Amino acid sequence: MGLLSKKDSKLILDPLADNNPITIQVLGICSALAITAQLKASIVMAVSVIFVLAIGNVVISLMRNIIPSKIRIIVQLIVVATLVIIVDQVLKAFAYELSKELSVFIGLIITNCIIMGRFEAFALGNGPWRSFLDGIGNAAGYGLILVIVGFFRELLGSGTLLGIKVLGDPIAKTGLYSIGYENNGFMLLSPMALIIVGLIIWVQRSRNKALIEEN
Amino acid sequence: MLEHVELFFKSIFIDNMVFATFLGMCSYLAVSKKVSTAVGLGAAVIFVLAVTVPMNWLLDQYILRDGALAWLGPEYAEYDLSFLSFILFIATIATMVQLVEIIVEKFSPSLYNSLGIFLPLIAVNCAILGGSLFMQSRDIETLGLALNYGISSGIGWFLAILAIAAIREKIRYSNVPAPLRGLGITFIITGLMAIGFMSFGGMLTGGDEAEPTSEVKTAQTEPASEVEEITKENTASIEAVQVSEITQQ
Repeated sequence: MGLLSKKDSKLILDPLADNNPITIQVLGICSALAITAQLKASIVMAVSVIFVLAIGNVVISLMRNIIPSKIRIIVQLIVVATLVIIVDQVLKAFAYELSKELSVFIGLIITNCIIMGRFEAFALGNGPWRSFLDGIGNAAGYGLILVIVGFFRELLGSGTLLGIKVLGDPIAKTGLYSIGYENNGFMLLSPMALIIVGLIIWVQRSRNKALIEEN
Repeated sequence: MLEHVELFFKSIFIDNMVFATFLGMCSYLAVSKKVSTAVGLGAAVIFVLAVTVPMNWLLDQYILRDGALAWLGPEYAEYDLSFLSFILFIATIATMVQLVEIIVEKFSPSLYNSLGIFLPLIAVNCAILGGSLFMQSRDIETLGLALNYGISSGIGWFLAILAIAAIREKIRYSNVPAPLRGLGITFIITGLMAIGFMSFGGMLTGGDEAEPTSEVKTAQTEPASEVEEITKENTASIEAVQVSEITQQ
């Protein structure tokens, strides 16, 4: 890590594990869970959030001394909304099918608590470069959980990954299906996303006892 | 009248904000430790939704939609400003929330103190923006229906947070595995509640979601197609997921 000092790399690495925005800080669950039935949608969502949070953090951090604190929430919302409109228009132009599938959930990035949370907690008090790293780190930690959930839901639910039939063909009975394996359609229903996140939390806190809550 | 009743129950139970679309999860998880605060936040959400959804409906109908500016004159009829809807919706919501905050601070300081940081966070509660965006994408037809939609989806959110807060107060006395305590078990309980709420899906269709045979279809053409349409709307969110599965197969 010649490029980044130890403190800076901590900004990126911390949110990936021990300070993960979803499992520890409880931020940004809203727009995440409904779209994780497929790995591809999860990845697109993760990339969009990384873009919005990194750029938004820099913009807010540059403006932090001129924003009156009374109207800062509105200013922050305008910045996020602008960035999200850019993401939305780009998706509509280059990946129309996917943007149909994500429907209102791209718009809901605006109200993703991760974004406002990081603006409030970090960008308003730190310089642009550090804010940029913090944005990348937190959005990546969020994306990581999204991709894990998407991976399991698509693999177990429809037997595919990114649309490729990795477990064989369920109709022609090849691969795993030839020995009687069945897809678990339950994994495609939205409640399973919550339960998978619950299990991820369980695994993470069993490995790191310091994270266990009192009650 | 019937469509009002239908939309009301549909938004509360079938398309419940929390259990069907996961909207407003952040404050749902963070403020659900005590029933009393949960009630306060739930009431605030109902109120804000009831105000913002009709306002955004007017904005959408007369400014944003394709050809909505026709009332200004024929030369404006070609404009489609719908790409601006995110920014206009969120501006309306942020203003309204600021207003609610001022009113609550004035009339109920105790509620204001107990809600603390979460009142400004209503502005970024996904349930509020989600309400407006779903209102737009589901093509709600009249102002009355939009008001109905705002109130009823707010009530649905209120019910959800009330239920989870009550369960969390009880579960404090249970012996939950240590790593699951707090957040983990809340996620899993919410998942189970969501599965339970899916059973409401059969409520408006009379439970006959199985494919109707062609005989039934021809025998009662109009009602059958109506029922089918309702089923489609009800399961729209689930369908989005399932459609992709079907296409793959």
